Amino acid sequence: MRSNYVLLIALAIVLVVSQGVGSLNHYYLQILMYIGFNIILATSLNLINGFTGQFSLGHAGFMGIGAYSAAIISTYLTTHGFGADGAMGSVVLMVSLIVAGFVAALAGLAVGYPSLRLKGDYLAIVTLGFNEIIRVIIQNVDFKIDGVDYVGGARGFTVPKLTTFAWTFSIVVVVVWVIENLINSTYGRGFLAVRDDEVAAEAMGVNTTKFKVRAFVIGAFFAGIGGGLFGHFIQYINPDSFTFLKSIEIVVMVILGGMGSTPGVIIAAIVLTILPEALREIDQYRMIVYSLLLIILMIMRPQGLFGTESMKRRAKRRAENKPATAASA
Amino acid sequence: MSQILQQLVNGISLGAIYALIALGYTMIYGVLRFINFAHGDVFMVGAFMGYYASTWVSKIAPIGTVPAAILVFLISMTICAVLGATIEFLAYRPLRSRPKLTVLITAIGVSLFLEYLGQLPAVFGPDPRGFPAIISSKPIIQSTLLTLNVVQVVVIGVSLMLMFVLRIVVMRTKIGTAMRAVSFNQQAASLMGINISMIITFTFAVGSALAAAGGILYASQYPSIDPLMGIMPGLKAFVAAVLGGIGNIPGAALGGFIIGIVETFVAGTFLSTYRDAIVFAILILILIFKPSGLLGQKEIEKV
Repeated sequence: MRSNYVLLIALAIVLVVSQGVGSLNHYYLQILMYIGFNIILATSLNLINGFTGQFSLGHAGFMGIGAYSAAIISTYLTTHGFGADGAMGSVVLMVSLIVAGFVAALAGLAVGYPSLRLKGDYLAIVTLGFNEIIRVIIQNVDFKIDGVDYVGGARGFTVPKLTTFAWTFSIVVVVVWVIENLINSTYGRGFLAVRDDEVAAEAMGVNTTKFKVRAFVIGAFFAGIGGGLFGHFIQYINPDSFTFLKSIEIVVMVILGGMGSTPGVIIAAIVLTILPEALREIDQYRMIVYSLLLIILMIMRPQGLFGTESMKRRAKRRAENKPATAASA
Repeated sequence: MSQILQQLVNGISLGAIYALIALGYTMIYGVLRFINFAHGDVFMVGAFMGYYASTWVSKIAPIGTVPAAILVFLISMTICAVLGATIEFLAYRPLRSRPKLTVLITAIGVSLFLEYLGQLPAVFGPDPRGFPAIISSKPIIQSTLLTLNVVQVVVIGVSLMLMFVLRIVVMRTKIGTAMRAVSFNQQAASLMGINISMIITFTFAVGSALAAAGGILYASQYPSIDPLMGIMPGLKAFVAAVLGGIGNIPGAALGGFIIGIVETFVAGTFLSTYRDAIVFAILILILIFKPSGLLGQKEIEKV
């Protein structure tokens, strides 16, 4: 019950704040919106990578599918008598986002099933491959309905502007709330069990296959919605926005924040969105700093800045430390 | 008919380069059981080192001659061998007992580091550069049936020779035997008195040198180099290694040729815009239906 109040309060805050952002400088508003999209993408990837322990490198693919599906629906609706502003715009946006979520979830199902047989680095490469396949397919799709361009292949796709601050951050709040509640529910412990020890989870009656696929489907659903919001904000999408480098960017947020820590991942998403803006002058060094950060983090603190160790790893570390302390005593 | 023959030759020469890169992946996987994501970027560094070496070598020997080409290869391969060993020492060695995922993330970090460091104007710069013609591109055979360039012959010849040398090293020398022992059972090998760290360093050095040779050959065939050129060939070579059975050296060579031929044939049809996607589709199919690859041995998971 308590978490329901938190949800309502958070939504109320978003609505109040959204009244004020209209006066904000366009540049700051854009950074704020990007923070919102990145939080949605990073927390949803965290469900797959952090909580379920399945290393996916294809989140931008789901995001791309969502962005394109949403854009197709909204372009169709707005050219067939629906308005793009006010209440009508919100209805169009909602319909588009829901469709985007479901299409992306379907893709998540398609990726999740074959990759069940794969672990660790193989899974990472296969999801990366799916990401590239999705991008190449989008690049080759180009069709017209009633003289209006859809998808547009490599040329890109112009999308009506529908995303607003209030919608973005309401969805951010809902996504975070859903994932947190899911993980902290009895049911959601299954995800953590799969990550911590698959064999033990199986022995305890957790259907590991189902949990892995569910993680992919739910993660992809939210990534699709995030992609839809992104597309309707920047108003122009092309396949190059959804390469595996974008996936890696989201993965870096999850790893930096700490796999399996929602607050950590949110903070990382905020920091990694603002940081490049603050470092505009030394932009060429940005990715070098990122990559060094990754390497050093993995050597010094593999669980990320805010992450918690899994039960298994903690037990292993204790077991390793024990003889050492005994010897020193 | 002539087109099929031509595509086959093109495919084999592209496949030979993939095979060289795939050998590095598979050897490193053999000893460390992880995918060295940065391997494609070592390939890129190899091409750039070839570029700089040829400027330097041109002061001693005219570019386009055999000694000059050999010198360029040796310089670039040596530098990359050192680079590979250094990467292993600084980034992967501290993580040897850690979960595989940690090492994978580090490898992604190393890969991004090399790509973006290379893009700095002070290092290689972000713009593509023309690669000097250290191997002439004059046609040997030119007929209606087939055009065969010197580059293609050299690419195939050098690749086959390097594979042959590697085969000798791995199968006939003491260090090669040690490498096989480490990939078979690390703990037992170390009990037999094999210096594991030394073997791993050696494997990285050899794999990186092969990648460097691949880089120069690739740049001679497609003479434009830039710091991101390693991503796609690297991924495709990885697919080749998996297709052949990762950890299996002849498998990697076979996989490289298959991927090269498939890619050139696809590029020659109406599906040409899908050429990058096809390779990944092959990877997904092979991992679903025969995860151990064409020549690999099935690994049994013990609980």
